Amino acid sequence: MHLQVSNVSKSFGEGRDRKLVLEDISFELVSGQFMALVGSSGSGKSTVMRLIAGLERPSEGTIHLDGEQVRRPGSDRGMVFQKYSLYPWLTAAQNVAFGLSLQGRGKAEIRERTAYFLDVVGLADAARLLPRELSGGMQQRVAIARALATEPKVLLLDEPFGALDLQIRESMQEFLHDLWKTTGLTALLITHDIEEALLLAGTVHIMAPRPGRIVHTVAVQLDRSDLRHLRVSQPFLELREELAGRLRSLDGSLL
Amino acid sequence: MVRSPALRRFFHHPWVLGVLGILTVFVVWFLATSSGMVDKLFLPGPGAVWQAGSDQFQQGILVKDAIASIQRVFLGFVISAGLALPIGIAMGTNRTICHLLEPLMGLIRYMPAPAFIPLLIIYFGLEELPKVMLIFIGTFFFNTLMIMDAVKFVPSELVETALTLGGRGVPILTRVVAPFIAPQVLDTYRINMASAWNLVIVAELVAANEGLGKRISLAQRFLRTDEIFVGLIVIGLIGLIIDLGFRFLMRRACSWAN
Ligand SMILES: Nc1ncnc2c1ncn2[C@@H]1O[C@H](COP(=O)(O)OP(=O)(O)OP(=O)(O)O)[C@@H](O)[C@H]1O
Ligand SMILES: [Mg+2]
Repeated sequence: MHLQVSNVSKSFGEGRDRKLVLEDISFELVSGQFMALVGSSGSGKSTVMRLIAGLERPSEGTIHLDGEQVRRPGSDRGMVFQKYSLYPWLTAAQNVAFGLSLQGRGKAEIRERTAYFLDVVGLADAARLLPRELSGGMQQRVAIARALATEPKVLLLDEPFGALDLQIRESMQEFLHDLWKTTGLTALLITHDIEEALLLAGTVHIMAPRPGRIVHTVAVQLDRSDLRHLRVSQPFLELREELAGRLRSLDGSLL
Repeated sequence: MVRSPALRRFFHHPWVLGVLGILTVFVVWFLATSSGMVDKLFLPGPGAVWQAGSDQFQQGILVKDAIASIQRVFLGFVISAGLALPIGIAMGTNRTICHLLEPLMGLIRYMPAPAFIPLLIIYFGLEELPKVMLIFIGTFFFNTLMIMDAVKFVPSELVETALTLGGRGVPILTRVVAPFIAPQVLDTYRINMASAWNLVIVAELVAANEGLGKRISLAQRFLRTDEIFVGLIVIGLIGLIIDLGFRFLMRRACSWAN
């Protein structure tokens, strides 16, 4: 798997209302990599993700997935939104099965895969529950299972834990890290939480707003054998402080 | 006032209060008429109305009238609802179609449907067609615009999730948009059914051979206020049953939305 984002710019609106939202974004993502985009609100993180998902088209530049240009959404790029994305009339299992049945897979295969991916996210017992009967964290796990069930080449996560309480968020971060380790998935995570990015991602891009652009890239080399310990370890805290300082100065220079 | 908690719970049950409200009106009606203070010709007592009703029932008029009216409503409304669904969804999802049709429908919607009756009689005569058309005209534009609004409130995440799962085109409409708007569509139908039911009576008051509205206008000619009351009560009851039917359907089919 090779995702190549090359010199992508994006503007919305026409004429005088035209607004440049992304300027000259380039990066690449390869199999098994976990990458994060961090930036303040309005820096265009979601737009980057929507471009990769094919929900928007770049104004300039190109996006290639395994050599093929991205032109429309497809199940090779799974997406998880911050909220409101489970189908409220379907049970957890039916939500996970949704993509598979859209693709017209056989009944037995759907049943088997649904059970497998519900199990992967630890929700085998919740199969028959409706989304409103699930907690926020469980809902996001179902959304992740649903995105994984169609076996995308890359998983796009747009602030998947942004709406959750701090504690649940921490356990979800650990869950996502374990999931990445066990399944070897490739992920692009959007967050405005530096700690989250550093805990999970091997590469962190820092984005600045107006227009959105990547201003800094960090290759994170930390011992991730124990996330709970890592959170309070000295090197982690120092790195976090440094990046937080960078983000602050970005915001400050714009005031 | 009410001391015992069991009693209080009993009185706080919505049904109990509802029945109590209706009963109060009945008692006042009964007292007013049996005291002889009001002329029976203007306001017949409950007993007289019951008598008139059971007479009509035994002669078979009541059922025949009710069926005639229900048939018209049913036919007009099914056509209206059936067309409003695809057109409303098309308007809600496609900007061009929306811009093309919304102003037109918004305009026609504010033309009172009964004002179309003279025209409909000129065009289609006095048979069933003009009545069915009236119900169609009176409900179609409301149905369509309300369904369009429901579609516009489908969260974009739900549609985009389906797109990223490999969905495209019609399956997105049938498997995402349609289930999401189902509760609002049923509610739209329930609300607009009330005006369909109003309109059929209006149409029958103007011109018809049978129907509950026709019976009322005949009763007026012969000063049979008791029969007018029979008509009013039966119309109310049938309307209520239809309303409850829609609510029941909604609870059964869309339990996720409650
Ligand atoms: N469809 C659109 N039309 C016009 N402007 C848009 C559109 N989508 C995004 N924008 C603008 O682009 C900018 C970046 O938006 P984007 O949602 O990508 O930011 P973000 O970094 O994800 O922010 P947040 O952290 O709040 O989610 C914002 O100023 C937004 O107003
Ligand atoms: Mg965003």
